[in-house]
Amino acid sequence: MTTLALADTRTLTGRSLRHVTRSPDTIITTAVTPVALMLLFVYVLGGAIDTGSDEPYIDYLLPGILLITVASGVAYTAYRLFLDLQGGIVERFRSMPIARPSVLWAHVLTSLVANLVSVALVVAVALLLGFRTGASAGAWLAVVGILVLFTLALTWLAVIAGLCATTVDGASAFSYPLIFLPFVSSAFVPTDTMPRPVAWFAENQPATAVVDTVRALFAQEPVGGDIWVALAWLVAVLAVAYAAALAAYRRRTG
Amino acid sequence: MRTDQVPAIRVRGIEKSFGDLPVLRGVDLDVAAGAVVALLGANGAGKTTLVRILATLLVADAGTATVHGFDVREQAAEVRASISLTGQFAAVDEILTGRENLVLVARLRHLPVPRAVADDLLARVSLTDAGDRRASTYSGGMRRRLDLAMSLVGAPPVVVLDEPTTGLDPQARIEVWHEIKALARGGTTVLLTTQHLDEAERLADRIAILHRGTIVQDGTLAELTALLPPAEVQHVEKQPSLEDVFLAVTGEATTEEESR
Repeated sequence: MTTLALADTRTLTGRSLRHVTRSPDTIITTAVTPVALMLLFVYVLGGAIDTGSDEPYIDYLLPGILLITVASGVAYTAYRLFLDLQGGIVERFRSMPIARPSVLWAHVLTSLVANLVSVALVVAVALLLGFRTGASAGAWLAVVGILVLFTLALTWLAVIAGLCATTVDGASAFSYPLIFLPFVSSAFVPTDTMPRPVAWFAENQPATAVVDTVRALFAQEPVGGDIWVALAWLVAVLAVAYAAALAAYRRRTG
Repeated sequence: MRTDQVPAIRVRGIEKSFGDLPVLRGVDLDVAAGAVVALLGANGAGKTTLVRILATLLVADAGTATVHGFDVREQAAEVRASISLTGQFAAVDEILTGRENLVLVARLRHLPVPRAVADDLLARVSLTDAGDRRASTYSGGMRRRLDLAMSLVGAPPVVVLDEPTTGLDPQARIEVWHEIKALARGGTTVLLTTQHLDEAERLADRIAILHRGTIVQDGTLAELTALLPPAEVQHVEKQPSLEDVFLAVTGEATTEEESR
């Protein structure tokens, strides 16, 4: 039974990956906004920002940009899932003898692949703009692991949005606050220049812990307690979003 | 002639409400193996609700239903392996080609050679030439034929067609009818819902009329036609049509609006 579930998930993931490869613009547009932000912050605003370190500003900036890339990329998952529900294809899958969670997992795995490609594109542009890291293979692996966890957590949120939306616009609108979250974190400027309530929020929201961890890994500095705070946030959001998504799926599909 | 067999579909006392609105109020229906039965009813009569219960997409509030001998509630997985539902709106993947759509369903039904199944079905619904085009480029009739072909992957013994010709132009409608007849000749049990009386008349061995949540009549076209008081029709040159039967047994106009 489990092997069948895996086979079904693989088949359905192949299907939605084909959707992505047939509209590669979804990967490009996911990467365009973060790249534009990167250019804006590096060449326009960055000169006036004091991060308190001698490192080039792009090294400081990149982790937050990567989070924004994923946050905007997951909107496509909500969009594709919404269209699947709308078009009746989910109904068709559900009336067939296939493992039911496979339908959702296929969208989630597709999101993971598509977002990692977008992230790789953004990192490539960052390298062109002068981003440098001496991170070891282990540190890179840790960065990828954290981004995978981050993508999974946000994608399950996107699944909830796709299941609950009543319009196409509604399906993707949920991602705006997620895209905005890194701005009120340590992603662009250190939190200690912010007014106290804002700084308190920034220091205690997940984007800061994730950004600080990834930044420390790139800079070959000790990650300290940040990595545990980041992992706790990500695992908690993932678990809650996953359970809520399955509940929404059951409710939506009766 | 097939009455000695276990019915392919057996429905007993099925009830279903949405909130306070009772849609099905005790439906009984038998569909013999190999038969083509039309479920006839006005918009909102509960036809779709009934077929969704049979396809395990909805759970009934009361009553039992079996498909191919399997209980829809207790043996849902076996039911899904035996039944294939084609909904009112062609549920095809528009971004994939016709062939890819069929291969996808063949893989999901865990068939050994998905490509061969796809080629075979494309030929059967006359889509071989269009097989490598994306489904989004298909006409309404082609899309519906692809949808039908997707339902036939793996040759399920029971096929349920929910308003298979709704929204099609007359030519496309005839193409779909042609496919349904071919299906019936092959021995597949077909339950089709329709609000078109001529469609039921043309395709079905038996016709069940669903009205206000129950089956008010169930029989062959001849049996239903015999229900009309003969003295009334003697003065009319035209033979009584099924439409007359429908109106007589439901006792009201088809245009009456009912929610679901």
